[in-house]
Formats: sequence, structure tokens, C-alpha cells
Amino acid sequence: MFDNLNEKLDKALHILKGHGSITEVNVAETLKEVRRALLDADVNFKIAKEFTNSVKEKALGQNVLTTLQPGQLMVKLVKDELTQLMGGDAEGINLSGNPSVILMSGLQGSGKTTFSGKLANYLKTKKTKKPLLVACDVYRPAAINQLHVVGEQIGVEVYSEVENKNPVQIAQNAIIHAKQNGFNVVIIDTAGRLAVDEAMMKEIANIHKAIQPQETLFVVDAMTGQDAVNTAKAFNDKLNFDGVILTKLDGDTRGGAAISIKSVVNKPIKFIGTGEKMEAIDVFYPSRMADRILGMGDVISLVERAQEQYDEEEARKLQKKIAKNQFGFDDFLTQIQQVKKMGNMKDLIGMIPGAGKALKDIDIEEDSFKHIEAIIHSMTPEERSQPTIINANRKKRIGKGSGTSVQQVNQLLKQFEQMSKMMKMMQGGGGKKMMQMMGKMR
Amino acid sequence: MSFFKKIFSSEKKETLDKGLEKSKTTFLGKLSKAVAGKSKVDEDVLDNLEEILVSSDVGVNTTLKIIERIEVRVSKDKYLGTSELNEILREEIAGLLSETNSGEATDFSVPSNIKPYVIMVVGVNGVGKTTTIGKLAHQFKNNGKSVILGAADTFRAAAIDQLQIWADRTGVPLVKQNMGSDPASVAFDTLESAVKQNSDIVIIDTAGRLHNKVNLMNELTKVKRVMQKVVPDAPHEVLLVLDGSTGQNAFEQAKQFTAATEVTALAVTKLDGTAKGGVVIGISDQFKIPVKYIGVGEGLEDLQVFNKFEFVDSFFK
Repeated sequence: MFDNLNEKLDKALHILKGHGSITEVNVAETLKEVRRALLDADVNFKIAKEFTNSVKEKALGQNVLTTLQPGQLMVKLVKDELTQLMGGDAEGINLSGNPSVILMSGLQGSGKTTFSGKLANYLKTKKTKKPLLVACDVYRPAAINQLHVVGEQIGVEVYSEVENKNPVQIAQNAIIHAKQNGFNVVIIDTAGRLAVDEAMMKEIANIHKAIQPQETLFVVDAMTGQDAVNTAKAFNDKLNFDGVILTKLDGDTRGGAAISIKSVVNKPIKFIGTGEKMEAIDVFYPSRMADRILGMGDVISLVERAQEQYDEEEARKLQKKIAKNQFGFDDFLTQIQQVKKMGNMKDLIGMIPGAGKALKDIDIEEDSFKHIEAIIHSMTPEERSQPTIINANRKKRIGKGSGTSVQQVNQLLKQFEQMSKMMKMMQGGGGKKMMQMMGKMR
Repeated sequence: MSFFKKIFSSEKKETLDKGLEKSKTTFLGKLSKAVAGKSKVDEDVLDNLEEILVSSDVGVNTTLKIIERIEVRVSKDKYLGTSELNEILREEIAGLLSETNSGEATDFSVPSNIKPYVIMVVGVNGVGKTTTIGKLAHQFKNNGKSVILGAADTFRAAAIDQLQIWADRTGVPLVKQNMGSDPASVAFDTLESAVKQNSDIVIIDTAGRLHNKVNLMNELTKVKRVMQKVVPDAPHEVLLVLDGSTGQNAFEQAKQFTAATEVTALAVTKLDGTAKGGVVIGISDQFKIPVKYIGVGEGLEDLQVFNKFEFVDSFFK
């Protein structure tokens, strides 16, 4: 996916630099790659499929006439859709109760205890609350000790009953203890459990029923694979939880589980865990997560910049010209200037994942368009609007005038011709053709 | 199956079956639906197969590989029904696993000519390293081996206490220092004490670490190096523990831990849930590291020697 995308972008850049030629623009191919990227990022199979299908439908009406390739625009569209899907109304944590009770739930090893500590620390330092941590994992060896150690680290009291094996009672007693001792938030850490473990699922449902928490959180490892859907659904069916916590995001997982979970239970992702330190807690940014899942780095910023610089009015005029077969070198010049507005070539290339490193040793000319511009400037207005009249003599003159050679003039003319053809193809029933291409994509 | 009955007590077998039951019903259920009423394998069937495999965390690459192999076989033999397809699938998946030596071990044994046999257990946070060590110690001890544990996870809160509880449960000695002490030093002490006590097997627990943290990965390399001061060819086994519900990131874990510590075996945990464990196939195929153990529960007995035939059979029976 990554290499492939880079390759494609490299090609696109070659065109901009005046080398190489445009290959067939194929949006279907891009969508296929996006779907693959989603699967590689552990987005659920069905959800990835539905998602790309819906993006495809939305994309069909879109105007792809920019300085960038339609495929890249697709990536941007996908990203926007992903962001929207994961976003929704960003809700904080409900602290309305007195004390507010927060119940943690999740599989073994998802990071509930560590996150309970982080949350307590966050509420204590950032929200000036007085939290109480409650150890309700009566099963795993040393789980209670673990919470005590965490509590000590952050200076938060931990409530536990070492001899009591009934987590419902412990939770209830802890709330009484909190009321008597002026704690205004109670964070209840529970044992990890598998969604198929009926006895354990019933247990947490009982805790939930007995203490009626203001906030029930589902803690999930960001590295979770396809099973995230089943687990999230099972926990939500039992607990109707209020929010999701995504842990271990300091790893290099793409974290597609975030999309799967959001799609299945439609609950907000409230916090993320980004390290083992007690301060490593952050609010969730859908846009960053979308970038991460797609693994396309700043390609998206590149497209965004291109869109910013893209003049709708200008584009419409251009479209008409192409339709009437009037696209000339003056228009080409305008296009180049638009690209240049986006920043210098080195910056642009640097924004492409992988490319910056690969091209580190290659000296990129500060102004790669200099020659092209010079050649065009050396043409007469007539030549610019009707490139076909440029014969051998004119070429010689243009070459001299621009300080280039006839070969370079030829190269540009050839590229220009190919580009015009390409544009015409996209224009003349472009929509239909695009749809056909997409139709091939499953 | 009589072969396995000899090795696994019927009780053990039941646990695995129970653990894998969920995967079995969904996997086979979908597959028979896909081929129901069809006399040959067509595009639809292959599409469904793709869905089943990808949904089981097999990964796109491995899935394509399996499908390609099946397509090749189908093109040779055009009229395939459900039962043939089941058989082919079973063969292809087992084939990927057998390209490594997964499943060669048949019980909890270690080479008897190496003493002490040092096992270093590594993995990311929360995969079940400590639990796996507890279960392993129990199995080795049952096999009449003397085992000693080293609590080199000196970082996570109460990790040492957790291992101590497992040591007490299984009745094996534990070498430990205080929380926050140097893990390499704990490993060193453990090996020294194993040599002194003439122990058969040493198992070193390490702190969970995400594989992209360079410093923490370097620490593992150091632990390994320091061990060699006591036992020159230690560790004899580096066991990477993977969470069975982990998705494609497991590949990166296998890659990075192998780079830092030369992983020689895999243990896959939490296979008693709804996670399909397809990750095993992909990793075993791509990294040529054998899968040695699977975890199917929280009890002392809930660790089993991985056997590819039984694993695949549990899917297709």
C-alpha cells in the first residue's frame, strides 16, 4: 500500500517537474488500495467494504479537475469520511454525580488498571477532583497490589477488600466509603474478561446494575484485530457503555479497531492511552486517527493545500476550454503557478511519506518549473493558444529565446500533447468513464 | 486422532475444543453457506473465503496466498464440492504452518542435554507473559523438571508480586529484586542461582514493552547479553508471547522482537475467546518462527503445546 502509493505520487510529481508522462488515472485502483489499507489497519472486513462503497458513491459526482490526481483527491475524501465517522460530538466524561461513579470494563490485558490510574491522575490534577480508585479485580494474581502501587505513584487512595471475593459488594462498599470521606469521583477497576465468558459477563452486568455508574467505559487495546467488533458488541449489549478508551496508541499499530468499534456500537472514543507513564493520557482526535489508519501521512495535507489554492472560478473556465479543445500553454502556465503557490518542491516532496527520505540525497532544483516557464514565455501568444503551429523553425527560436535546446522544447510539447489528450478524455464523458472504471471495483 | 488422545488427556482436549468451538462454528458455518448448493468453486465462494480468512485476522497477504493456491488447484480440478474444498483449505493452511516447524513439539519438554535450559519470555504489554510463565512452570514441574523463575519485569506495578503468586501456586523458586531494579541484574542472579542449584529450566519474565520503543528493546538485548556471562549460550529459547486477539500489528511485533532478541518460538494467548487466532498462520508463514504454545484460559492447565494438525482440525472438523 505504502510503496504503491508513493510510487503513484512520484509519478504525479514527475509530471509536475516536466519529466515522464501521465499514466491512466484510475480511481477504482485507488479505492482498492484504500480498502486494502483499511484491512491492513485491522478495520473489520465488512465495515471496510461498506465504507469504501459509500465513499465511492459520494466521489462519483465530485469534480476532479485540480492540479492533483483524482486518486489523491479520493484519498482526501476517504480521510474526511473516516474523520466524520469516528468523530461526532466530542463528549467529555460525565462527572455529574456525587460521587460520580466510573466503571471500567474490557478484556484481559487491555490496560484497564493502568488507565484507571491515568484517569484518576487526570481528574485530580486537571479537574481538581478527589478521586478514589477501587480494586474489583479479585481474580488475577496481584491485580489489587498493582492498583495500590499505581495509587501510590499518583497520590490517590485505593479502596480494596483483600478477603472479599465479591466485586459487587466491594464496589458498593467503596461508594459508601467515598461518600463518608468526601471523594467526589469513584473509579472502579474490574477484572479482564472475555466476552464469551458468560459468568464473568453476568458479574460485570451485576456490578453495573448495583452501582448505576454515571460513566461506563470500555477499554480496548488499539492493536486488536478483527475480533474488536464482536467484543465491543458483546460488552455494549451487556453494559450499554458510554465511551471507549483506546490504549497502547504509542505503539505503531494503525488502530483500525477504532473504526470498527465506532461503527458497531456508535459510542464516542473518549480518551487514548499513549504510554506507560501516568501522564500519558490524551483526548481523542478523529482527524489524526484517520491519518494514522490510512497510513498516508501528509499526502492528505498536500491535497488539502492543493484544494486551498484551487480557484473554483479559474477551474470552471479551464473546464470550458478543455471542452472546446482550447487548452493552451497560457492555461498550462496558470496551472504551474497554482502548483507553485502550494510551496516549493522540496517541501512538497518532503510531505509525502517515505519520499522525503528516499530523495534526501537527490538535489531538487529550487525551481523545477524554471525551464518550462522559460520555454512558454518564449512562445508567441499565437503559439501558446495553438501549439500545433510550432514547427522546426519556431522550435529553434523558442529554444534560443529560453536558453534551452530544441530537445527540451520537444519534450515539453510532447508532454503537453499527452496532457491535453488526458484532460479531454476525462472531460468528454469523463463521468461515465470514471463510473465504468469504478464499476470494475468490487 | 488416536495419536492425540495418547498425548493429550481427554480433559485437555476438551479445553482446546471448547476454546476453539466458537471459531469452528462461525468459520465452518460461513464456509458451508458459501458453497451450499454449488457444485464447484466459483468467484462467490472465493470471495466468501476471502472474507472468512481476513475476518479471522489471517491478513490480506496470507489470505491472497491461500486463495491463489486454491485457485491453482481448482483450475486443475474443476468440479469441487464442499467436502473437497474443506479438505483443500485444511491442507493449504496446514501447509503454510508446516513450512516452519510449527507443531513438531508434542509435549512440554526441553532438550535434556542443555542444563540449565534458559527461556526468556518477551512481548508487548498485556499479552499474558506472566500468566504463560506460571502455566509453563507448572507443566515443566509436572514433567519432573526443576524450574526456577526470574522476575525481570521490574517495571510494571506489582508484576513481581504477580509472578510470586504463580511461583507459590506451582511450587517453584523465584529470584527477584525490588521494583525498579535492573532487569539484567535479576536475570544474572537467576541464572547464577540456577547453576548453583543445578536447575533444569530457567524462565525469565521481562516487562511488556511496545516494539517501537528503541531504548526498551535495547534493554532486552542487554538482558540477553548479561545472561551469557553466566551461561554462555543462554537464552536457549526466546519465547515471544502474542495476544490472540491482536490484529496485523502482531507482524510488526514479531519483526521487532526478532531483531532485538532473535525470537525462536511463539506462544499465542487468549484463544479461548472469539478471536480466531488467524494471526498464527500469517506470522508462522512470514517469519518462519514456530508456534509452540497456545493459551486457552486463566487456569494452571490452560496452556497447550501447539499442534498444527489439531489446530487446523479444530477449524474443520
